Amino acid sequence: MEAFFYQVLSGLATGGIYASLALALVMIYNATHLVNFAQGEMAMFSTYIAWTLINAGMPYWAAFFLTVAISFAGGVVIERVVIRPFERQDAVLAVVTVFIGLLLILNSVAGWIYEYTLKVFPSPFPETSYFGGMLNGHQLGLFGVTFVTLILVYLFFRFTPLGLAMRAAAQNPESSRLVGIRVSWMLALGWGLAGAIGAVAGMMIAPIVYLDPSMMTGVLNYGFAAALLGGISNPWGAVLGGFIVGVLENLMGDYVVGTELKLTVALVIIVGVLVLKPSGLFGKTLVTRV
Amino acid sequence: MAAILEVKDLHAFYGPTHVLHGLNFGIEPGGITTLLGANGAGKTTTLRAVCGMVTTRGHVTFEGQALTGKATEDIVRRGIAHVPEGRGTFADLTVEENLRLGAYTRKDKGNITGDFDRVYRYFPTLKERSKQQAGTLSGGEQQMLAVARALMMRPRLLLLDEPSFGLAPMIVQDIFNILRTINREEKVAMLLVEQNASLALNIADHAYLLETGRVMISGTSDVIKNDDSVRRSYLGY
Repeated sequence: MEAFFYQVLSGLATGGIYASLALALVMIYNATHLVNFAQGEMAMFSTYIAWTLINAGMPYWAAFFLTVAISFAGGVVIERVVIRPFERQDAVLAVVTVFIGLLLILNSVAGWIYEYTLKVFPSPFPETSYFGGMLNGHQLGLFGVTFVTLILVYLFFRFTPLGLAMRAAAQNPESSRLVGIRVSWMLALGWGLAGAIGAVAGMMIAPIVYLDPSMMTGVLNYGFAAALLGGISNPWGAVLGGFIVGVLENLMGDYVVGTELKLTVALVIIVGVLVLKPSGLFGKTLVTRV
Repeated sequence: MAAILEVKDLHAFYGPTHVLHGLNFGIEPGGITTLLGANGAGKTTTLRAVCGMVTTRGHVTFEGQALTGKATEDIVRRGIAHVPEGRGTFADLTVEENLRLGAYTRKDKGNITGDFDRVYRYFPTLKERSKQQAGTLSGGEQQMLAVARALMMRPRLLLLDEPSFGLAPMIVQDIFNILRTINREEKVAMLLVEQNASLALNIADHAYLLETGRVMISGTSDVIKNDDSVRRSYLGY
């Protein structure tokens, strides 16, 4: 029974990472109606920036917040430079190609600058264990950081004029222009937020999986599964999906399929959701009148 | 009186399709002007052209400043509010959030609370439903919300695209009465596009009749009402 609780708790902790990554995916999905395949690599690259800053002698939390800021700016720049040219056209395939291009470029550039060897990324949290050894300090800390991030995002969208304008722009671009919202910039801000949230996820997962250019490949799969499970258009669904996938991954890995096949769980969830309930648990069913 | 909106030789295009063929008209400050015409005459396109939502050629001037080639969000920031065809409310947002978005570009944030009271006075049902999602409102209430959201911008020109569309006659009468009150109390000029010509002519001071993207007849509402061809084709008596 103790092992079961252990799996659930640590599943919730990693689930937090999936939740933030899923949330980043939703940000961009709501702006472009496409899934950003490069989200994981953006997070990985941000983590390398943090690693560089920390190695240069910067205190952890200063590096943390500076990285979040840089990643926000990076997200905005990516949107302005490579996504914006396709904004007005219905060029789904072109944008998807850009996403994959970004993935490859970020991956190769990271490998070129930092090499492909594993690097140790520090955790700011103590190594003591809690709950009778069930959770270590980092797991508890990452849960806290994720939680704070999600709350901040919620407060931003719910209570600030800019958050409201971003929600409006995602929902109805034409009406948004008619009330004077600069829709195009709202999309760029969405990319910035996705970059910043992804950076938090990357810095929190890196102490667990070690830092290397492919560190997010597996994690992104869980993020996709989380976003799809919760409903890719619904931020809160995606967050809940993250926690569900985290717990499910652990339980399935321990009791059903074995650790080696854990990633398969994510893929089974993706396929299962797409087949059985494409809009996810809490997503909105898209109805088009013809 | 100098026109608040002046349209000269306006052409509009949807892709290769030429929809407006050199429109000329003007709107007086504080007055209500209506554009009449059959389906496909170019009424909606004219409103969209004023707001930079279609490709255009020609001249549109608002309070002496050229609007041609400007982005929609910059045009509306100058004091033109557009209530689009199909109302364009944000269905997933609450009534209050919709109204708040109407005030999004306002610089005088301190007066916005007063404006909530002001639009709720015109449309009391919106106050009762302020926490409700806009998508759950009836058609008439959504139209009221669309007008109310436009008023939150404190516009000097209000473009209205078929406010009667899909609504029961009694509700339409209500909305038109409120529009007239708003026009009188706030001195906001209105450009009204309407299928229902008799309704529009009753409220408007001035009317233009469009046919296939051109102005055919123009004049005061009383003159147009008594024009034989208009009566036969659009008023049905």
